[in-house]
Amino acid sequence: MTLDTAWAIAWVRTAADRIAEQASELGELDRAIGDGDHGENMNRGFAAARDALEELPANARPSDVLRATAMRLISSVGGAAGPLYGTAFLRASEAVADRVTLDAKDVVAMLDAALGGIEERGHATPGDKTMVDAWTAAVSAARAAASSGDDPVAVLSAAARGAEEGATATDPLLPHKGRASYLGERAVGHRDPGAASAAIVLRAAADAAA
Amino acid sequence: MKKLVNDPRRFVADALAGFGAAHREIVRVNANPVYVVRARAAGDKVGILSGGGSGHEPLHIGFVGAGMLDAAVPGEIFTSPTPDPILAATRAVDTGHGVLYLVKNYTGDVLNFETAAEFATLEGIRVRTVVIDDDVAVQNSEFTAGRRGVAGTVLIEKLVGAAAERGADLDELERLASRLVATTRSMGVAIAAPTTPHSGRRSFELGADEIEFGIGIHGERGRSRSTMAPADELADRVLDAVLEDLPRQRGSRVIALVNGMGATPSAELYVVFRRVAERLDALGVEMARSLVGSYVTSLDMAGFSVTLADVDDDLVELWDAPVRTAALRW
Repeated sequence: MTLDTAWAIAWVRTAADRIAEQASELGELDRAIGDGDHGENMNRGFAAARDALEELPANARPSDVLRATAMRLISSVGGAAGPLYGTAFLRASEAVADRVTLDAKDVVAMLDAALGGIEERGHATPGDKTMVDAWTAAVSAARAAASSGDDPVAVLSAAARGAEEGATATDPLLPHKGRASYLGERAVGHRDPGAASAAIVLRAAADAAA
Repeated sequence: MKKLVNDPRRFVADALAGFGAAHREIVRVNANPVYVVRARAAGDKVGILSGGGSGHEPLHIGFVGAGMLDAAVPGEIFTSPTPDPILAATRAVDTGHGVLYLVKNYTGDVLNFETAAEFATLEGIRVRTVVIDDDVAVQNSEFTAGRRGVAGTVLIEKLVGAAAERGADLDELERLASRLVATTRSMGVAIAAPTTPHSGRRSFELGADEIEFGIGIHGERGRSRSTMAPADELADRVLDAVLEDLPRQRGSRVIALVNGMGATPSAELYVVFRRVAERLDALGVEMARSLVGSYVTSLDMAGFSVTLADVDDDLVELWDAPVRTAALRW
């Protein structure tokens, strides 16, 4: 499949479906080490983002889809996840601003820009047990796939696998950022809910292209 | 779990509508986007704006009114508001003298207020932000998101609100708020976890003889779990943690707050306060003023926190200045 506007729309719709299906699991992950609202917040945000797709003009580019999604996430999620996901999608949109279809290099640039935005907003670094861990693993997997000559769909697929591995890898970590950081040792053994939702969102990107 | 809820998704909106109807002589509730402002605008002064997740009532909406906040922006339960309502409230209270944001130190609150401040600045509104972080339960701020903002917030909102009413400018208010943050400390304990209207479940389970020591206000677990003890012993442990972090000597002057977490009767809070007062007297720390009640809550969490804020004559005068809000009046 070509990574065009139809793909970007399918990405957001798939992400909204998956988040809705897994909202209570995300809530449970958050209840264990945070305050339990991550699933509810993400569900509200992606439902709003899906609605925003209806208002896009017919000649919208992928970047327009990503930008509209960013604005809806910022204005409806709240908490830390709203500004973090909002910034991620905004930077992703800027990274592919003039593209009509995305090649492998564009996919890497898009994910890398998203990661940069999240790090800048949240002041978190890899290993802090946050969504940065999932995004960082996704970007390195995508970069490796692109440099070995994979097509853009395979690059996305590598990114999704990377994000899932990055999310799983947060289990044994001691949290240094976000609400879980207040629990210290008591958070060890629990998956970071933001990393888990990032894995869902990036898996949706790959599945929308498949 | 029995709750007075219609539809959990409408819980915050329903509660706000009721709040607005009950206090219409003091506040006006804007429904879309959601914020609360004074029924009668304050006029020529710096706007004082606060906000954060709902579920901490009367914080913050209960403190909107003459002598305290100009606006409060509530989010969903335990979730910070998004930038849009913060920006709308900022526009509503700016009179050209600028707006001071009093933000509790939680990642979500800080990020959303930061984003709103960026938008407001682009519109030419002067905004300053002071982040409140009075919770000594969070010790190592190098490896965490930093200390949380908890019950000390209500004292800071009162004092800064009074200074704004007296005509202090944005720079002065920012300095005052920062100074207050540096000398206000809190610590809390939960004897039962809160139940959120969405999940209908307690946010953590405590056995009949267990307590969570060092809790925040979002139903998150605390620093450690231990066994239930008589009120004096719990008061001692909480007060010791506050004093360990910011020691006060003989002759120090403080405002002392014993805050209920939502489901603790005021008689129990007075039992705790009795011990706090006895300890401060013994230490020779002067309790210049005090406040006992449920002001910064966590839905129906049971338990209490103790806050000490250092004061001098000028701050006591600000504390005594008239205030007319839904939850604090004199």
